Amino acid sequence: MQKTVTPSGSPRDEAYNFAYLDEATKRMVRRALLKAVAVPGYQVPFGSREMPLARGWGTGGIQVTAAVIGPEDTLKVIDQGADDTTNAVSIRRFFARVAGVATTEATAEASIIQTRHRIPEAPLEAGQILVYQVPQPEPLRKLESSEAETRKMHAWGDYGPMYVRLYEDIARFGHVATTYSYPVLVNGRYVMSPSPIPKFDNPKMHMSAALQLFGAGREKRIYAIPPWTEVKSLDFEDHPFEVQKWDEPCALCGAPDSYLDEVITDDQGGRMFVCSDTHYCEGRRDAGHRGRLLGTDAGRALARDGE
Amino acid sequence: MQSMSSQPQLGKGFDEPVLASQRCFRQILAAMSEPGSVHRLGEDVESPTGVSAAAMLVLLTLVDHETPVWLAPRFASAATYLRFHCGAPVLEAPSAATFALVDGASVDLDLGAFNPGDDRYPDRSATLVVGCAAFEGGRDVSLSGPGIRGDITVSPAGLDAAFWQKVAANNARYPLGVDLILAAGNEIMCIPRSTRIARAAEAC
Repeated sequence: MQKTVTPSGSPRDEAYNFAYLDEATKRMVRRALLKAVAVPGYQVPFGSREMPLARGWGTGGIQVTAAVIGPEDTLKVIDQGADDTTNAVSIRRFFARVAGVATTEATAEASIIQTRHRIPEAPLEAGQILVYQVPQPEPLRKLESSEAETRKMHAWGDYGPMYVRLYEDIARFGHVATTYSYPVLVNGRYVMSPSPIPKFDNPKMHMSAALQLFGAGREKRIYAIPPWTEVKSLDFEDHPFEVQKWDEPCALCGAPDSYLDEVITDDQGGRMFVCSDTHYCEGRRDAGHRGRLLGTDAGRALARDGE
Repeated sequence: MQSMSSQPQLGKGFDEPVLASQRCFRQILAAMSEPGSVHRLGEDVESPTGVSAAAMLVLLTLVDHETPVWLAPRFASAATYLRFHCGAPVLEAPSAATFALVDGASVDLDLGAFNPGDDRYPDRSATLVVGCAAFEGGRDVSLSGPGIRGDITVSPAGLDAAFWQKVAANNARYPLGVDLILAAGNEIMCIPRSTRIARAAEAC
């Protein structure tokens, strides 16, 4: 069956304060988080610190997680849906070392899930916290480069230019061509970037049972969506919001309803589509679901359980 | 010469500041995320006379030298405690306070006296810790909005008759306005500015 919770193994590294950050920094981040929750979708400036990895590698998410996490928590970290990629493994090991927390790949067993660019396929539950790593928190930045101006646009709800941008897509391509970082309206007030998750994941943010926290380290912004909050992807009455669809199910587990990555399998044009959420895919295979390529060489190259 | 025993006693703060403040913060975060829900702060603390343990724990968790505090006259005795344990400046006037400890039973409570933030930076608003008597037994008020599935009825006790009208007026200014953390005994309940207050008129 699934890998379950891994105790941190060794006690936490006492050379660092618990969860790495000093207490004054944690208080500052915590105050920002409370204001972010009180005004859903609004970007709260915070004093982002230097972290022991470069900005752009999830420093915002790490600072949010560090301000929230306690020794009783169980942490899951995913990068593009995968638990086994460099960024995810490094961040999991970081918190096992500085906070001594247990880690897991099982979505349901995690109390905190830090994510880069995906929302897990399994529905999140009340009490869970999803922490997003955000490269660019400002949804209006590509339309207006000045922070002073975008602040005013948010203050006055001046979101016309964003609708014009979406409309220009429709005029040119016949549909809204944005496929990730698809802007959402939170609680009917603030337009927010969902971070570069595929628009496939946008509907999962709406009325989620879990608390969603967003940290942008380089841009020094924190924002949040409380549970049971309206999150609407921007659209038009005659061009309603739609998510991506695929012509075939996952080649490993046969899932017809998950977000699929395209994987090139040879230099003859061969390719396969597999679940981006590795834990979801493993869970389905363990439950007996079989995809078209499971057991073939191509399938073996991707599936860790070695069928 | 003044004897030691005539000095006001300064109660203890957190036993283990790092882990205790994390535990308290998680409860405050959960309470702010789910307005109207009651959360218990279980840490052992010797709060100043007349101030609930929960109110003191919220301030110990969030307040420091960067956050000026204003105390309602009833809670003025907490000033020494806050200066010693948190290093927080205690202000004479409420308008510049980041945090405040106020009395929900007071007819003088004026939410408009605190910083509501500005339209470009609504996060700069004050957070108010509101002392009340209990979270049951008061008049029913219906809450809805972010963090609440449908709506929820709460009935905190020991609040002034006009309290909910004041909160409704504050929250009508959304996204401006102050955020409230009600505290009684060792429990808290949050009413952020995003919460919509219904039946406030009948309740008051």
